Amino acid sequence: MAKLVYDETGRLIFTKEMKKENYTILIPMMAKIHFEIMKNVFVHYGYNCILLETEGPEIAQVGLKYVHNDTCYPALLVIGQLIHALQSGKYDTNKTALMITQTGGGCRASNYIHLLRKALVKAGYDNVPVISLNLSGLEKNSGFTMTVPMVRRISAGLIYGDMIMALDNQTKPYEVNKGESHALVKKWIKKLTDVMADGHGFTKNELAANLDEIAKDFAAVKVERTPKIKVGIVGEIYVKYSSLGNNNLEEFLYEQGCEVNLPGILGFALFKADNRLEDYKLYGGSKVKYIVVKKFFDYLSSLEALIIESQKKYGFRPNGTYAHTKSLVKGMVGYGSKMGEGWLLTGEMLELIESGFENIVCTQPFGCLPNHINGKGMIRPIKMADQRANIVAIDYDPGAPKVNQENRIKLMLAVAKEQLAKKSEE
Amino acid sequence: MVRIGLDIGSTTVKCVIIDEKNNILYKTYERHYSQITSKISELLKTVVKHIPEGEKAAIAMSGSAGMGVADACGIDFIQEVYATRVAANTFIPNTDVVIELGGEDAKILFLSGGMEVRMNGSCAGGTGAFIDQMATLLNVPIEDLNGLAEKHEKIYTIASRCGVFAKTDIQPLLNQGAKKEDVAASIFMAVVNQTIAGLAQGREIKGQIVYLGGPLTFIPQLRAGFDKALKTTGICPENSLYYVAAGAALCAEKTVDFADAESKIEHYKGSGNFAFNKPLFRNEQELEEFRKRHDKAKVEKGTLDGFKGKAFIGIDAGSTTVKGVVTDEKGTLLYSEYMSNSGNPVPIVRQFLTNVYEKCPGIKIAGSAVTGYGEEIIKNAFGADIGVVETIAHMTAAKRFMPDVEFIIDIGGQDIKCFKIRNGTIDNIFLNEACSSGCGSFLQTFANALGYSAEEFSKIGLLAKQPVDLGSRCTVFMNSSVKQAQKDGATIEDISSGLCLSVVKNALYKVIRVSSPRELGRKIVVQGGTFLNDAVLRAFEQEMGVDVIRPDISGLMGAYGAALYAKEKMTAGRESTLLSLEKLKNFKHEIKAVNCGGCSNNCRLTVNTFSDGRRFIAGNRCEKPVTKKAPDDSFNIYQYKLKLLGEYQPVEGKRGKIGIPMGLNMYELLPFWHKFLTKLGFEVVVSPLSNRKLYLHGQQTIPSDTVCFPAKLIHGHIQWLLDNGIKQIFYPCMSYNFDEKLGDNHYNCPVVAYYPEVIHANVRGIEGIKFFHEFVGIHRPKDFPKKIHAELLKYFDDITLKEVKEASKAAYAEYDKYINKIRDYGNDIIKRAQQEGKEIIVLAGRPYHADPEINHGIDKLITGFGVAVVSEDIVSNKEAAKVKTSVLNQWTYHSRMYAAAEYVSHHKDMNLVQLVSFGCGVDAITTDEVRAILERYGRIYTQIKIDEITNLGAVKIRLRSLLATTGGEKQ
Repeated sequence: MAKLVYDETGRLIFTKEMKKENYTILIPMMAKIHFEIMKNVFVHYGYNCILLETEGPEIAQVGLKYVHNDTCYPALLVIGQLIHALQSGKYDTNKTALMITQTGGGCRASNYIHLLRKALVKAGYDNVPVISLNLSGLEKNSGFTMTVPMVRRISAGLIYGDMIMALDNQTKPYEVNKGESHALVKKWIKKLTDVMADGHGFTKNELAANLDEIAKDFAAVKVERTPKIKVGIVGEIYVKYSSLGNNNLEEFLYEQGCEVNLPGILGFALFKADNRLEDYKLYGGSKVKYIVVKKFFDYLSSLEALIIESQKKYGFRPNGTYAHTKSLVKGMVGYGSKMGEGWLLTGEMLELIESGFENIVCTQPFGCLPNHINGKGMIRPIKMADQRANIVAIDYDPGAPKVNQENRIKLMLAVAKEQLAKKSEE
Repeated sequence: MVRIGLDIGSTTVKCVIIDEKNNILYKTYERHYSQITSKISELLKTVVKHIPEGEKAAIAMSGSAGMGVADACGIDFIQEVYATRVAANTFIPNTDVVIELGGEDAKILFLSGGMEVRMNGSCAGGTGAFIDQMATLLNVPIEDLNGLAEKHEKIYTIASRCGVFAKTDIQPLLNQGAKKEDVAASIFMAVVNQTIAGLAQGREIKGQIVYLGGPLTFIPQLRAGFDKALKTTGICPENSLYYVAAGAALCAEKTVDFADAESKIEHYKGSGNFAFNKPLFRNEQELEEFRKRHDKAKVEKGTLDGFKGKAFIGIDAGSTTVKGVVTDEKGTLLYSEYMSNSGNPVPIVRQFLTNVYEKCPGIKIAGSAVTGYGEEIIKNAFGADIGVVETIAHMTAAKRFMPDVEFIIDIGGQDIKCFKIRNGTIDNIFLNEACSSGCGSFLQTFANALGYSAEEFSKIGLLAKQPVDLGSRCTVFMNSSVKQAQKDGATIEDISSGLCLSVVKNALYKVIRVSSPRELGRKIVVQGGTFLNDAVLRAFEQEMGVDVIRPDISGLMGAYGAALYAKEKMTAGRESTLLSLEKLKNFKHEIKAVNCGGCSNNCRLTVNTFSDGRRFIAGNRCEKPVTKKAPDDSFNIYQYKLKLLGEYQPVEGKRGKIGIPMGLNMYELLPFWHKFLTKLGFEVVVSPLSNRKLYLHGQQTIPSDTVCFPAKLIHGHIQWLLDNGIKQIFYPCMSYNFDEKLGDNHYNCPVVAYYPEVIHANVRGIEGIKFFHEFVGIHRPKDFPKKIHAELLKYFDDITLKEVKEASKAAYAEYDKYINKIRDYGNDIIKRAQQEGKEIIVLAGRPYHADPEINHGIDKLITGFGVAVVSEDIVSNKEAAKVKTSVLNQWTYHSRMYAAAEYVSHHKDMNLVQLVSFGCGVDAITTDEVRAILERYGRIYTQIKIDEITNLGAVKIRLRSLLATTGGEKQ
């Protein structure tokens, strides 16, 4: 076990020595494809990272034990999953660190890392350091630095993740030979990992080439495009993507014969960068910071364009652009509404409806604060703007039984089915 | 061909057969007592007999409990709301809205003008199960509830958000003598309000309304309630119970082989697996050893027969039971009674006392004490000598069994009380909050629902092989989880022990919030009726990994403690004033309900009159109706704030009237905006202080039923402004608040920050008016004028930047002036309190907790105890350095609380009580942190959770316990 070093605030640091001793770094799961690719980037840079794939009710139980029970469900699950892993006996807890993202902002979520540390103390793991994964320089660790090449690879991972997820969702429900699409997902995660380990795959040109290859591969899957109920999923970022958080929602909808559309994570990244620009416009501030952030924002936007180009080229429905999504909420909710998923949540619903996914599951942890505003709070004006909107808001928390959730989703699907029948008659 | 529809609901199964012309040929309606699969297969057997000879039959299934089963046996499943819609469209084609209440759910369907279907979300009060529970609580058969309600005279406000809430409202009403007729009607009204508020979400309910489902079919008074609230007359059609089943039948397309389906159902095992815990006992022997160990904690017992010495009486008038004991001077238990409280404790206690006198004629009662919910009324009714707060009573009793006890946990019928004891005094108190069920009545409800008595039910779980893991959540969720577990093959034994476990988990992880036994100490006494249940006791020991003591009089501890306390407090020469046998015989008790007109709170009072003309008033929040004197507000910063804010009156101006909703952050920013807008030439009209009526007026437009109450109130304020003809409303969005340099950032919480967006999106009335809800940043005074000017121009094109600059300057100055006034007055309160030796409570919340409809008069309740009240902002600026927190300190309002906690920690004459709004997500983080700061310095943390409706009885217990501990209780 390496020496424990604390910073001036008393925070336990992940030190160079720990890296040298090859500490295991546990990462909680969110979006399977994205996280897998991104984890592999860390592994390539010499961090002994493990992405937790554990599931089951014990995780929430562990979370409930160590986190205030009124805290949002994602915190319970993320912290529950990490502590559950520490308690599993699989890892030498004297040589293990944890990694968690830290966003900052007025939502409770910016407190996850602090709640995790509190929970670790309670559970008797105060010797386990926690690494904050952030791009805003919030917490620093001598043994873990986000270098520019790493950031570029992570950004590329995000792009690939969004691309593969979108194409898989468009292909899987229609494939003639079951399992082909999934096989491609596996293939590309592996391939991209190797490519990036070789030092390739993250420049714009290489990205464009790979995205084309991916699209070409998926386009080759034999499909039969029978009309299906189209369902979009939006919501708080964790329960939206995490099958642990949303009781396998994607799989459930797929089994019900739907085509699912999950807007990508890149939109969220763009949104978070854009918030800083909007803050400057709304309230004033440092012009220099504005310019720096704008540059990053533009870089991400240019990557977004690459995805869309490849999708179009191979006949897939292109992802909605961030700029377009943003234009849709104008007049409905202000751009200053930035906490949590903010106006983006409303925007994604509007974008989905526009692109034919008028059936929507709006997922949220029970009592999610920003969701009161931009999720449930905006359903009425969305419906007024477009009568076709068929939205069901589902609360997730450790006590909400799956049956009740599925029953409400089935109601949404019953209406959707009726609409689909009407459409095919026309 | 005929079509068959099955509706497998949460409590009943319904079945219909319809012919090709949609005539109903056959129908049946039965309760299933959770035996879902056997009931369905039984039903199928019967139904087959009713299919006309030679006809083919298509079948479909609906209902929440039928979901998995339908799939398994190859029958089409139709979602029940959808089925209702199909049926309504077929049978009553001109229907506009359907309101359907079921066993566990509530639905509204809008059929005309844009079809929409709504179903209750995760907070699921206000349904049939809720009404059932309430009938149990009133101790009347459910059929009688309607008759009672018909005769009501007045309506009480009862929360129907969930059963637990409502119980805490109803119990004190009953204990204080409210009439069952009025309570019954109030329960229905609560259901009506819950349905409308929770499901309408901004959409008007009008036109032809149809009522469906069990509760609305069987209870005309409930329909009347809806009619009244909606100002309409809805219809309850023939076959109103069978709409879901009929809808399923109408959708039925597939014919099935009945014999095959039946056998599939009979062999249906669900997924066949469910999460479970390790068994409570591995075998009989373990159980035997456990029992032997616990048999040792026994109180010494005597008898009243021929007793000659001094006797002491202790009475615990609890929420669901009344306990009475008689002891001698040494604490020997001479006699006890454990009685169920059927709503009114007075006659029960009268009988108990009569029994005592009759069993031991000439008994010398040397002292008597009362504790529990009914403390006040019983003390008054029978002239008991002493009232003692429950926590102290229980501690007194526990010490008898374990003098060096470190932790006591008491789980009763309704509440969980836990306290840590340090140096012989209560050091920390935990009481269950609004949304934590998991007490004795919870187990009882389940036992009854499954067809067992509570006692039988607790026994069958002891040797269960696989106790179901049900988590720790509210009863409503638990219902569905239990049903699911049953479908997945859990036995009744597994369920029984699983429920006991969940009671324990709820207490430990939700109420006490422990994560290891170390935190509780090793010396634990458990008590309360619920621990008489061996399964609960075992689960507790198992979960905590520690052996505890359960006194044999576990259920009587409150009363026993009261008796010991009476003995302690009855100083020599003091005669007991307890009524004699003779007086008991002539005892009479009359109850009248009135509304107090003393102040804007308009408390509903119950006036109890006893035989000798003595009166006892309950339901009051201050002493005014009793003493006829206005309460003294000179030690109450909350009242001072209200007074100051009230001074911001409209000043006529050239730009006409502009409205400000008096809620959330306006409670602090009113001076700022009032000045700003007045300077710009607007006549600022502020909506009045909140009250119940104002709230109900806006509740139809609330889109999220789980948002905090302060936010919900805003809808009422906006509605008030609209109703008063205001055509311009000012309610800006604010991500950021002022930076008071107390934390790392200065955000507002998301709800405060963006609620104007919700109003804009959901209140139809604002569509034709100017509603300023732009984003503004008062945290950057230099940029503010220019930025807000640009936003104002979107609405008012003639405002100049020069005007805005001047108005801004004045606004910032006005805000500073206001804050300084508050601080000065607060400091003055502190000074005066110190001079007079008064205790000071820092009642810490958010600025809007000054709203009397939000704080329910808790400030006055505290000053009523002779204690001074200041708010967190009075002391938050007194700490020199930023407080060290282990969480991100980034919200302006919450930073103040951390700073206040730190300050209080260093001042022995102050205590902090934190007000927490139910559903406040941010407070899940702040409460733990404020507690941690206080406990770092060995100080007591007290939390009061408040919601739409708050039971002040529980609040009183908390405050009295705190004051009893700090020695500040002056009464």
